[in-house]
Amino acid sequence: MTDNEQHGVGHIVPISILAATGGGLLVLTVITVFAAGFDFGPANVWIALSIAAVKASLVVLLFMHLLWDRPFNGVVFVASIAFLAIFIGFAMTDTFEYRPDIDTGNAVQVQQKLDAIEP
Amino acid sequence: MTVTEPSTHDHPDFLQHHWDTPKQQFEAGKLGMWLFLATEVLLFGGLFVLYAVWRGNHPEMFKFGSQFLDTKLGAINTAVLILSSLTMAAAVTMAQRNKRGALMILLSLTLAGALTFLVIKYFEYSHKFHEGYYPGMKFYEPPGSGSLSWDNDPTPMVHGAAAAHATEAPSPLVAANFVMPDAEPTTIAPPVVAPAGVSQEALDALYDDIVAEHHDDHPVHPLQDPNRPDNAHMFFNIYFLMTGLHGIHVSAGVIMLTWLLVGASSIPDRWPQITRFFLLKRSFGADWFTPVDLGGLYWHIVDLIWIFLFPLFYLI
Repeated sequence: MTDNEQHGVGHIVPISILAATGGGLLVLTVITVFAAGFDFGPANVWIALSIAAVKASLVVLLFMHLLWDRPFNGVVFVASIAFLAIFIGFAMTDTFEYRPDIDTGNAVQVQQKLDAIEP
Repeated sequence: MTVTEPSTHDHPDFLQHHWDTPKQQFEAGKLGMWLFLATEVLLFGGLFVLYAVWRGNHPEMFKFGSQFLDTKLGAINTAVLILSSLTMAAAVTMAQRNKRGALMILLSLTLAGALTFLVIKYFEYSHKFHEGYYPGMKFYEPPGSGSLSWDNDPTPMVHGAAAAHATEAPSPLVAANFVMPDAEPTTIAPPVVAPAGVSQEALDALYDDIVAEHHDDHPVHPLQDPNRPDNAHMFFNIYFLMTGLHGIHVSAGVIMLTWLLVGASSIPDRWPQITRFFLLKRSFGADWFTPVDLGGLYWHIVDLIWIFLFPLFYLI
């Protein structure tokens, strides 16, 4: 872009693009609140997270200039997300592995078992 | 023959001596900021793991807890942060275009958004404390104890018609328990606002009324709900932990935005040298706007985290 050439550093994002991004984010907020009014069962979490991920992508790519930025900055950020995904993923596989051992609504039953072990 | 002097042209005053070009200096600073943002992702990431593990094991706890959060206030706060992110991004564009007036207006709007978020969050938190939704062991009921861990609160919250109902009850135990007899909105007492000066009680009543209008329609205090899942307090622990850490980041953003706003204004020469040390030595312009750009990146990541916190706590 000519603006970019003139000023040397950084990409200048026009206000119109930023305003459209902000509008899109607000629309997606309305959509996620609206979608939460319906019960899709276990899919609730994934619907909410998907909409949030789209919003986050808009913020990162357009507000934070990552679309026009040096790719290495994107590599740094995506790497942090990837390691977070590994962190959450392994924690969840571990958690679900032990889930059958958890008594739902547990407190009384746990206390009974503890009493049985050590009266 | 005269020697051309590129060095004086190529070394503006903001260029540190260890950089070759302004672009190199700018890109290095930006990379540093992105590395910091990666650590921020991982800082909050630990808490997101906490959320995921607890929700994975006890989804009913989160379904139960989220109905005590005010979705409308949460949605308003989401919009406030998105709009302040927009004004921040626009501020960067204005700095790049050398428009100082617009830059200062947009930074002021961003700062106003940050403060609005904190004020709304303060109202949310104080309402939670008012109702007794504290972090900690508040909702923990030891098995077989038969009593609620509620009596360490000296002033249980009873309001509206429930108060009148409770005072008629002979037993102090009943009076101490929070039970709204019915969920009719008409039973909530209208706010009493003194025309000459506003008393604290009037303010409280007004606030209760506003909250009652769009608050959850859950008429029973969680401690009185027979269907309350065990360890429901963990929802509030995680809620206060994650939104609290986010709130600290918003507060840091307020400091940063104030600093940028002062930097965007022209600094008087008569100010002592020490203030010029803490403040910026130079005003922003098309050639040098690094603090605005990097501060903007920080502000966007704060918005980004709230984009995830809002649905995870308020909606699902």
